[in-house]
Amino acid sequence: MISSGFTSLSRAMALGFVRDRTAVFFTVLFPLMFLVLFGGIFKDQSAPKVEVAQIGSVALLDQIPADGRAELDKVLQVDKTDDRAAALENVRKGDVDAAVEQDGQRIVLHYSATDQVKAGTVRGLFNSLVESGNLAAAGVTKPAFTLDTQQVEDESLKTIQYITPGLLGWAIATGATFGAALTLVTWRQKKILRRLRLSPVRTTSLVGARVGVSVGIALAQMAIFIGVAAIPYFGLRLSDSWWMAIPLVIAGTLAFLSIGLFAGAFAKTAEAASAIANLVVLPMAFLSGAFFPLEGAPGWLQAISKVFPLRHLVDSMQDVMVRGEGPGSALPTIGLLLAFTVVVGGIAAALFRWDDA
Amino acid sequence: MPSTIVVNDIRKFYGDVRAVDGVSFEVEEGEFFGILGPNGAGKTTSLEIIEGLREPDSGEVTVLGESPWPRNPRLLPRMGVQLQASSFFERLTVREQIRTFASLYGVPNRQADGMLEVVGLEDKAETRTEKLSGGQAQRLSIACALVHGPDLVFLDEPTSGLDPQARRNLWDVLRDINAKGRTVVLTTHYMDEAERLCDRVAIMDLGKILQLGPPATLVRELDAPTRISVERGAVTVDDARRLFDAAEVAEDEVSLTIATRNPAAVLATLAERNALHGLSVRGATLEDLFLNLTGREYRA
Repeated sequence: MISSGFTSLSRAMALGFVRDRTAVFFTVLFPLMFLVLFGGIFKDQSAPKVEVAQIGSVALLDQIPADGRAELDKVLQVDKTDDRAAALENVRKGDVDAAVEQDGQRIVLHYSATDQVKAGTVRGLFNSLVESGNLAAAGVTKPAFTLDTQQVEDESLKTIQYITPGLLGWAIATGATFGAALTLVTWRQKKILRRLRLSPVRTTSLVGARVGVSVGIALAQMAIFIGVAAIPYFGLRLSDSWWMAIPLVIAGTLAFLSIGLFAGAFAKTAEAASAIANLVVLPMAFLSGAFFPLEGAPGWLQAISKVFPLRHLVDSMQDVMVRGEGPGSALPTIGLLLAFTVVVGGIAAALFRWDDA
Repeated sequence: MPSTIVVNDIRKFYGDVRAVDGVSFEVEEGEFFGILGPNGAGKTTSLEIIEGLREPDSGEVTVLGESPWPRNPRLLPRMGVQLQASSFFERLTVREQIRTFASLYGVPNRQADGMLEVVGLEDKAETRTEKLSGGQAQRLSIACALVHGPDLVFLDEPTSGLDPQARRNLWDVLRDINAKGRTVVLTTHYMDEAERLCDRVAIMDLGKILQLGPPATLVRELDAPTRISVERGAVTVDDARRLFDAAEVAEDEVSLTIATRNPAAVLATLAERNALHGLSVRGATLEDLFLNLTGREYRA
């Protein structure tokens, strides 16, 4: 009988969630949109070519032999023009990265400093072109030193690797926090809590049902996120101990549920509950590293971000899902999340009210 | 055999507001008991104390031989409660709703579906509860309160906000519940509802019970005049005053009303003069009783 209370309440909550299009949108589709968006935009993040306008004839460029030319074309796109004014104007507007002209023995490079990376690249490129030109002019065909460059397998994370755990963490935080806060408030407001209090159902069944449904939603979010990110177009590659993200997600869900219950304990209306939940979830999301890396953030911001459970969850999920750390690396985070749950959940339980009045 | 409900001198104050101020009564098994009074009289607070939702500041309550406070798991399965607002799980259909409530009491689905028939909602079983009319929602709410076959049913203003037809339908449902041997406690601010349904009523105002007894007895004891109305012009005011000097005569745009303690004589005289057009005869009601008890016109 107790278990049937748990089952039927879980069912009622799950149906209530699945049939709430807004809730489904904000907990599943909305974060997924970000995944598709970021995953798509930053998919081929190799350095883009430098675009240079060539004014008139520039012997340095024109005399490059065909094989050298092919090599150069990988990084440099040269558009020839005779209209000097237009070319300079294009540099000014940022349509091309630089304009180059030859004035006797002088190579003049016009560039704008707006994009400092591009500006640096274009200067370096032309420096080396001029130098190799000089060497050739001096008759040095076999230089004393040569530089051979070779790309190393990129150690930094590809965008999809980075954003999948981050956005998943954010989605779970949203789902669990709002789920708990809104259920608590609307059930109290609509006197469902009062009605349940007058039925023989146990409080543990009631809380258990909410936890069960939220964990179920979180695991579904995880399956959908990984499923979408792993399609070849996005190309997520999970590392060996990715499964450790499952207990992490469960522990994280509990922590966010406790935040939601805390918000729900204060709020009298669903609107107020959403506002309070947003007040916590939004800063937490921005400071979690879910949207952008926090490595460059100032120390005080880092410190604030570590107060929130989402930061720890996202870090730890990245470790086990894509950075290839061992399963043990998640254990301290799981402990931390559970401790957070006990403290905040304990406060929420102390503030809990069956009724408005 | 002790009474089903024993309430002994309960009080509940909120600051200066004496919501319930020394209320005592007993409800017998199988009785239809009404608590009647205007909004703010303390009906709902009294009911909540009896149900075990609130702790009284002082006084004792015994329900089916048990104390309802603190939350008493032995008592809860024997009570059925319908709350003022229809409290349903969001976005569930009527059938899912009642099955959910049924399962909280370990009642099988078949029995839950049968309850929908009792309240005449079987054709709405697949409708979401948000789409029900006020009367249908109240009937579902009552079905949810009854689904586990409780001995004792609490109904808090079950017909408020319903149109007259829906109220009458619901009254039939409530009478049936009581006829099956269940004890029913109902709060209402409708005088006519209490008169039609209740074996006994407690009239409450400002946290106290003013009077308690069967509605008919209370009204009879009031010894109020009977009001006889006929169409205006059937007899002139002057004639009426002359003919019935012991009665009070008043006239408005549509009718002439004679308030008398001797209705038979008045009716006979009017019949003789063939002045019975648009006749209506109204005895004293609980409304008159309330006016008499409080000196205030009854306003729900």
